[in-house]
Amino acid sequence: MIHLEINGKKYDVDVAEDVPLLWVIRERLQMIGTKFGCGIGMCGSCTVHLDGKAVRSCQTPAGSAQGKKIITIEGLPESHPVKQAWVKEQVPQCGYCQPGQIMQAAALLAEDPHPTEKKIVEHMNGNLCRCGTYVSIKSAIRLASAGGKK
Amino acid sequence: MKTDLTRRDFLKMTGTGLAIAVVSTSAGYRLLSAAEMEKERQIFQPSVWLRILPDNSVIVTVNKSEMGQGVYTSLPMIVADELDADWKNVKMEAAPAGDEYKDVAFGMQATGGSSSIRHMYEPLRKAGAAAREMLVMSAARKWKVPAKECAAELGAVRHVKSKRTISYGKLVKEAAKLKVPQNPMLKKESQFRYIGKDMPRLDMDDKVNGSAKFGIDSFVPGMLYAAIARPPAYGAGLATSSKEAALAAPGVRAVVPVPSGMAVLADTIDQAWKGRDALKPVWQNEGYPGLSTGSLQKEFLSRLDTAGIVARNDGDAKRAFEENGRKIEAVYQLPYLSHATMEPMNCTVDVRKDGCDIWVPTQNQTGVQAAAVQITGLKPEQVHVHTTYLGGGFGRRFERDFVEEALLLSVSTGKAVKLVWTREEDMQHDFYRPMNATRIRAALDVDGRVSAWSHTIVCPSIFARVFPQMVKNGIDNAAVEGLENLEYEVPNIHVEYVRIDTPVPVGFWRSVGSSHNAFTVESFVDELAHAAKRDPLDFRLSMLKNHPRARRVLEVAAEKAGWGKPLSRGQARGIAYHLSFGSYVAEVAEVSVDRTSGAIIVHKVTCAVDCGATVNPATVSAQMIGGITMGLSAALKEKIEIASGGVKSENFVDYDLLRMSEAPDVEVHIVKSEEALGGIGEPGVPPAAPAVANAVFAATRARVRELPMRPEAVLAAMKMA
Repeated sequence: MIHLEINGKKYDVDVAEDVPLLWVIRERLQMIGTKFGCGIGMCGSCTVHLDGKAVRSCQTPAGSAQGKKIITIEGLPESHPVKQAWVKEQVPQCGYCQPGQIMQAAALLAEDPHPTEKKIVEHMNGNLCRCGTYVSIKSAIRLASAGGKK
Repeated sequence: MKTDLTRRDFLKMTGTGLAIAVVSTSAGYRLLSAAEMEKERQIFQPSVWLRILPDNSVIVTVNKSEMGQGVYTSLPMIVADELDADWKNVKMEAAPAGDEYKDVAFGMQATGGSSSIRHMYEPLRKAGAAAREMLVMSAARKWKVPAKECAAELGAVRHVKSKRTISYGKLVKEAAKLKVPQNPMLKKESQFRYIGKDMPRLDMDDKVNGSAKFGIDSFVPGMLYAAIARPPAYGAGLATSSKEAALAAPGVRAVVPVPSGMAVLADTIDQAWKGRDALKPVWQNEGYPGLSTGSLQKEFLSRLDTAGIVARNDGDAKRAFEENGRKIEAVYQLPYLSHATMEPMNCTVDVRKDGCDIWVPTQNQTGVQAAAVQITGLKPEQVHVHTTYLGGGFGRRFERDFVEEALLLSVSTGKAVKLVWTREEDMQHDFYRPMNATRIRAALDVDGRVSAWSHTIVCPSIFARVFPQMVKNGIDNAAVEGLENLEYEVPNIHVEYVRIDTPVPVGFWRSVGSSHNAFTVESFVDELAHAAKRDPLDFRLSMLKNHPRARRVLEVAAEKAGWGKPLSRGQARGIAYHLSFGSYVAEVAEVSVDRTSGAIIVHKVTCAVDCGATVNPATVSAQMIGGITMGLSAALKEKIEIASGGVKSENFVDYDLLRMSEAPDVEVHIVKSEEALGGIGEPGVPPAAPAVANAVFAATRARVRELPMRPEAVLAAMKMA
């Protein structure tokens, strides 16, 4: 049995410690916003926050997340500037990678509210989008960084 | 925003709302009320519905799959416009699989060929307009005034003289009793409220808050998770496996052979995957152990010298080549490509004695339903296909291999089954964009005009497997698209198709044959322009005198990109255009090349598109940007490697996609046009690779004739230059 705190709620899950946190979140607890993309930490679809830092939940053993604050896309408030900027810029196409993109971007702005273009690209480069929404993602991050005003 | 509704619900609901069904007949579309439809459904088959509920909501049933291209917004927009609905009351729902939802032009319920709006525009407009006329008529009757004194406006009917208004929701009961007009008056373009305007996507909130349900987000109580061990090479068979060890692994419930390998079923996904590891399969490679990227390339190139089937023959190219003038020849090679949808293949199936439910991200509801009927023995009406959001499609989800596997496993275990492929399975068991080789020869006359164009393409056939009935005279239309309809005004054109069959399965990949033929044609035209010492834009325009739409997109893209104006040191521009799926797209790429490493940086792409009338310009732009990004990804990075008879590429480590650091700014200009609707999902892809290759030439004088243009390929071409 492992004990996890996800989006401020405590969960006891009967699962081996080495099971990826991704499977616990999305398959056991059915919080579906966190996605499986590659299983090797190369696409970022499974990105969640662990104590405020963006991590790949497919590479995080569930056991190692105990005692830490886990935030998923569902735990990021609707009023969060990144989510609002994503809607305003109409970023998603297929939408599959977007929860991971949003979590990655939210972690960046938490650490650096006014990142340079270079820093945005460096920070977001591990998140793949096959639909090609990179330009909109950059605009949305700049918008969120500017407090929602262009 | 998405509701779930079955036909039974629809019929139950008709007492409380107005329902219109568009039914297809051999003569075209007909509109039926629910009562009429219930009466006539054995004869007529509805394909698209709209419902208006007493609470004023307008629900549009969409028979096309949402894979990012925006159909869950653009198709409802068409209905809402003719209906003059208030957009804030418009919702959509995905259609279940059923004959009534078939796309009449396809004869099947499927999404592909950049056709959703093109095929659904007219029937959806009619459905919206008919509903509007019925609502107006009901209000007129209620007020006892002539219908022509009443008008529909933003979800309500207004009587101008008496200044009375009544909402659609209050009229549905009466309107439902009226006969459905068969030829409702459609709006004039100037009356459009939504069509032609940037509209926010209906799927936006779900996709930002994480609640959007993709196939992988399907759950059935008591379901088993399935993982399949698959052979590493084509034609390899299972020699031995530790079935007992797999069965002894925690949570494993069954080990079941399927045609594609050996499946392990367990209570959880991690247990299924660990169970598969425990299986330790040993494969016997009796297939094609010598098959590799190198052996295939050699074979493709050698087939360029064999006679093909003539796909086009204008004038007498052979004679033209015998005349005086310069002869220019080039050979191009392109690799197999993977679709690499971000959501790996998956399917969740619950087969019971009396019916079956399938939750699947599919582009092919008709195919899924047919597979279920075949495998389960159930009747089509007992098969319920729930189309989820698609985490990318690009043609891969037109296939039904992963659906068949899940169906077989649910039948054999008697349980609901969720099958999720790993990224490695997804990459190694795809139906790839075909590898191909092309040789083009041209003759330039003394004035530098192209007098003859002789083109041979060696390419596997997609249609031979998917739609063999569409292979006419041995010609695969996909392999020669953009060639048999080459627009350049050359008096003598000869195109030959050499079909080559390899063990590597091929399928539809966003923009299909245009994804390679635009590269070869537009690269070669550029080579000819330079050989003739002409500006590549002027050279193209001089061969497109009778093709105004092609000229226009080239001119607009060039002008907006500042064609001919100076650039920063080391930067250069390249241009390319292509017609596909009814739309003209020209792109100008601005690149620079690192002369030591050979790395290409694409700074900017300027795109001009003429897709006829536009429904949602925001989506047109998004699709152009997305198509260009995918085109650049293929141009710069993607290549499936074959080794020891199977696919060696595994994951995003050795088959990486374009990343943010490599993605250029993209500027999209929609060229206004009165022409017929064109597609938008695919046409952005084809010009991207040649525009970059032509820009690389402009920057370095090095001609890259193979994709992808990885740094080493650019360096090699620079040495040749």
